Amino acid sequence: MATNAYVPHAAGYVDNEGPKIVSSRFVHDDAFLLERSLATGGYEGLKKALTMAPVEVHDIVRDAVLLGRGGAGFPAGIKWGFCPPGKWPMYLVVNGDESEPGTYKDRLLMEMDPHQLIEGCLIACYALGLSQCFLYVRGEMALAQERIAHALNEAYEANLVGKNILGTDFSVDVVLHWGAGAYIVGEETALIESLEGERGMPRLKPPFFPAAIGLYGQPTIVNNVETLSNLPWIMVNGADEYKKYGSETSPGTRLFAISGHVKRPGVYEAEQGTTTFRDLIYGDNFCQGMKGDDELKMFIPGGASAPWFFPEQVDLPLEARPVGAAGSMLGSGAIVIMDESTDAVKACLRVVRFFARESCGKCTPCREGTTWEETLLRRIYDGHGRPGDLEMLLDIADNISPGPYPGAAWEEQGVEAIPFPPKQTTICPLGPSSVAPITSALRRFRDEFEAKIPQRTSIPVSAS
Amino acid sequence: MARFTPDNLELAHEIISRYPRKKSAVIPLLHLGQEQDGYVTNEAMEHIAELTEVTAAEVIGTCTFYEMFKTHPVGKYVINVCTNISCQLNGGEELLEHLEETLDIRSGGTTADGMFTIEDYECLAACTEAPCMQVNYRYFHRISNDEVDGVLSDIRSGKLADTIPEHGVLQRVRQTIPAGKLAGIAPPETVVDAPVWMARNEPILAARAAAKAAEEAAAANKATEATEANEKGDA
Repeated sequence: MATNAYVPHAAGYVDNEGPKIVSSRFVHDDAFLLERSLATGGYEGLKKALTMAPVEVHDIVRDAVLLGRGGAGFPAGIKWGFCPPGKWPMYLVVNGDESEPGTYKDRLLMEMDPHQLIEGCLIACYALGLSQCFLYVRGEMALAQERIAHALNEAYEANLVGKNILGTDFSVDVVLHWGAGAYIVGEETALIESLEGERGMPRLKPPFFPAAIGLYGQPTIVNNVETLSNLPWIMVNGADEYKKYGSETSPGTRLFAISGHVKRPGVYEAEQGTTTFRDLIYGDNFCQGMKGDDELKMFIPGGASAPWFFPEQVDLPLEARPVGAAGSMLGSGAIVIMDESTDAVKACLRVVRFFARESCGKCTPCREGTTWEETLLRRIYDGHGRPGDLEMLLDIADNISPGPYPGAAWEEQGVEAIPFPPKQTTICPLGPSSVAPITSALRRFRDEFEAKIPQRTSIPVSAS
Repeated sequence: MARFTPDNLELAHEIISRYPRKKSAVIPLLHLGQEQDGYVTNEAMEHIAELTEVTAAEVIGTCTFYEMFKTHPVGKYVINVCTNISCQLNGGEELLEHLEETLDIRSGGTTADGMFTIEDYECLAACTEAPCMQVNYRYFHRISNDEVDGVLSDIRSGKLADTIPEHGVLQRVRQTIPAGKLAGIAPPETVVDAPVWMARNEPILAARAAAKAAEEAAAANKATEATEANEKGDA
């Protein structure tokens, strides 16, 4: 299992039973080369799109109900329709800044099958009349950058990108751009700021979303890597075929990364809606159960920003709506499993520390609040907590996200689920996300926190 | 060593030419500066400011926001150990402690010989392969303490020189767009019209508009007929 050698490509993908839409080429070690891509149906979706009018391509994507895979789960076809008509030029920005803790899928797609992503970008550009595409790859992913650069060089050479693509009147440049280490840049307006060469701080929205005023003030579509990687398959097979997988409101498949205390952690392509968390954790086709057959204590269903779920929620389907109603989110398909041995305070501290480190500092409640959350949790964990610290922690959390914070039901205690999303006093959801681990852990495991706070009734005085 | 070398200057111009506005090239150029010197020097930032026609203050403003840019010399090999949630559950913190003890530095520090810098890093997107670490942004998955020792000695002996370049080098393969293949990059204010292929929509949109108009006309007719029928009925 373990390997001392440098891993040449992304490991972790498990080729299990089931439909394969975006990961079909992952079984080939050379899937990143144009030759392999063309031999396995690469760029057929683009060719088919080019025989249609752009608006027809847009219609197919809208009909397929392709939900955004970045976290918010908004239908791509509808997002595309928000561009104001007649305002040119328009841009495509591809969000490849994957850094949500627990998330591991876009890196696979970029390292293993960059041509599929490029083809997806081209289909989007064709459908909407976008003049230029920027592929924003996370700075730390050196291999993904190299593979995409190589793929783009091959594609330019083969006349698949650039001027008069495949001899038609369709011309678009795809430019590789890379970040430099900032989680917040995954937020779409911060991504645009970063692409303009600025500090990656989110812009205030509404009223203006990137589709209206984005890169250089022009209409801009920001889509996730996985969202775009679905487009070639949808073009070749059609919207009806796509809707045969998954459920009615969440069709198709998704890449789920299941990490933590399971027997076979990995990235799995699974149907949305029809698969449940139980299938993923315990199913033979997926993770094959808990590590050491221990009891499940809690799990994060959609990346560090998602409120935690507990054993009662394992039968929920992998679908945005029911998960949202149950008090969390499916987010970026990142599921972190924690068994009985996990220290809830420690896990909570680690996730909060992440948000404190990654806060961009634009909004006061987040900049100051996340730092205080970390300070308080740190001293509680270190055994220096003071009486009233837990109340102060919740008070700070309430300043970032006022009102009852979303969370799972706890039937035993008569606690009802509070549906997603949370309220926020900040521009972007980073600050409110830092509250998710705190309220989740405190509601459920308050005794663990209290046990760490020293309880003294009097100051001990030594006798001699 | 500070401003871009002639080769890198040529590369810098090529990178700038791919963006509709020059300032967009600031981050890629900061990477180029870091690649040249191992860290981003003040002189490199001044040069970038000249090339992208912004002030040096704006360049340093952007530079200091991003974790990967080092404004002081760091080790030849920067080791990022992920200690975020998935790695923490599978021994990421122990891995970091082991490295700190082995190299006798705390995270954030550099060894006296300038070989290694250790960083306590956030999620590296290899969560299922925990614990994981990167050496100069090249991955090591599911790595044990013993294996880390092996990696360190392999780096020292130069065995991994082919797979792990020195700090600063991110892309050994770069994007190059042959001149004749470029679709054309223009500042946004110079683009007024829709891209040519969007004209393909016209017949379809016209047909759809006609169909809609016909439908509306039919509906209007029906409504008139119904009113007439009602009126007749009333009479």
